[in-house]
Amino acid sequence: MFYKTIAELVKKAESLNCPISTIVIENQAKELEVSEEELIKQMDKNWSVMIEAMERGINKDVKSVSGLTGGDAKKLHLAHLNGSSISGGPVMEAVARALAVAEVNAAMGKIVAAPTAGSCGVLPAVMYVVAELKKSSRDAVIRAFFTAAGFGIIIARNASISGAEGGCQAECGSASCMAAAAAVELAGGTPSQAAHAGAIALKNVLGLVCDPVAGLVEVPCIKRNAMAASNAMVAADLALAGIESKIPVDEVVSAMREIGNSMPATLRETACGGLAITPTARLLERQIFDAMDN
Amino acid sequence: MADLTINVFDIVGPIMIGPSSSHTAGAVRLGKLARLIFGNEPKKADIFLHGSFAKTYKGHGTDVALVAGLLGFDPDDDRISQALELAKNVGLEIKFIPADLGSVHPNTVKFVLSGAKKTRTILGSSIGGGNIVVTQIDDFVVDLRGNYNTIIATYTDRTGMVASLSALLAEGKVNIAQMKVARVDKGAEALMVIETDNPIDDITITKIRQLEGIQSLFRIPPI
Repeated sequence: MFYKTIAELVKKAESLNCPISTIVIENQAKELEVSEEELIKQMDKNWSVMIEAMERGINKDVKSVSGLTGGDAKKLHLAHLNGSSISGGPVMEAVARALAVAEVNAAMGKIVAAPTAGSCGVLPAVMYVVAELKKSSRDAVIRAFFTAAGFGIIIARNASISGAEGGCQAECGSASCMAAAAAVELAGGTPSQAAHAGAIALKNVLGLVCDPVAGLVEVPCIKRNAMAASNAMVAADLALAGIESKIPVDEVVSAMREIGNSMPATLRETACGGLAITPTARLLERQIFDAMDN
Repeated sequence: MADLTINVFDIVGPIMIGPSSSHTAGAVRLGKLARLIFGNEPKKADIFLHGSFAKTYKGHGTDVALVAGLLGFDPDDDRISQALELAKNVGLEIKFIPADLGSVHPNTVKFVLSGAKKTRTILGSSIGGGNIVVTQIDDFVVDLRGNYNTIIATYTDRTGMVASLSALLAEGKVNIAQMKVARVDKGAEALMVIETDNPIDDITITKIRQLEGIQSLFRIPPI
């Protein structure tokens, strides 16, 4: 059985004076009846796929199956290399990489769902940039992924990680929460700071609806990955500076569930509301499907 | 309902070809399960798409993904995007037909697979996060999720068939996780789906094949 709340996870880690990832790895080795080495090995494989997707997205010309998206990661990364950014180096790097993975996903490339395919860009982008900044070892990065996954398990159980159930807050929001917590751990913060970072990140995106144009995982999903990555980095910085979330993370997760439950079906991945029914979205939808029929 | 068995690799994972766990990864698994249920390489596949599958299959690559599954690929196979071409190369004839399949899950597909000797109809849905369920095989209502070692047997309905089959499984030290019997009519052809915790050895399979009334029997590994 996994921990029921993030508070329990934090308490256990602090009582043993270890990072949250250690607790998650121990628990999962027992639950899945495998060695800790095997868990690490599987996560290492996931990280390799994530890195390949990021490299492909920022270096190659990626185009989605519908033709609607692609190439923005490369464009942004070039702008970043030229130093023409307002938001600054690490944020630009993370955002370009989040776009990269999400664009590769839309182009039928290989990705790791984290927690979903629609939100697959957030976690790798944040982990990559924090690891670069902190000069973390590969092992430290792999271990921090277990902290992200531990937060994700609790969110999935106490709320949802599915856009069809809880809107985009459940996908990009959960990813942002997970990434913020893992970033804090990787940067040397405490378990309690990781929880505050997760809470802050998730609070910022509560209520975010899932309204994909033409029902495809492209618009606005890809750019929401970028937003969620930058949001995670800001939340991690706040927590690392000692700023606390007034609302504890488990209560934020409960709030997300409650908001998801009261969200109309039109705003839960059905493409029947929000951006999906704007005149431009309707036009794009017609163009995409006409082009494909021919 | 919250799934209490969810683990770290359900959250950071699986490795898959995008863009959608339900419309792409789940579709590959549905195709693969359909191929395994068919039993060998189909020569022709009529694929009826319902609901969201019918509406968005091209943009999500659901068509390509279903065919990749029929070719036996896994959801993380790099060849998925070329599946239509690869199907052509192996002589698998494909037709996509948007259809209204009635009151079923929005992401539902009906495969009509044919080979030299047989045709089989398989109805299945992608129910989220890459999870799938096959709900009908020919006229039989089933509940098959592809997460277990499974055997599917068709036989002439008779008293004691379930007992003798489960006795053979017990003898082979196979633990049954779930068992479902479906039949069209009393005494007519029946179909049994047995999901087991451990794989079933060849000797047990041979013994089951020799039971009176067994018409066909095949094994499906977890996909």
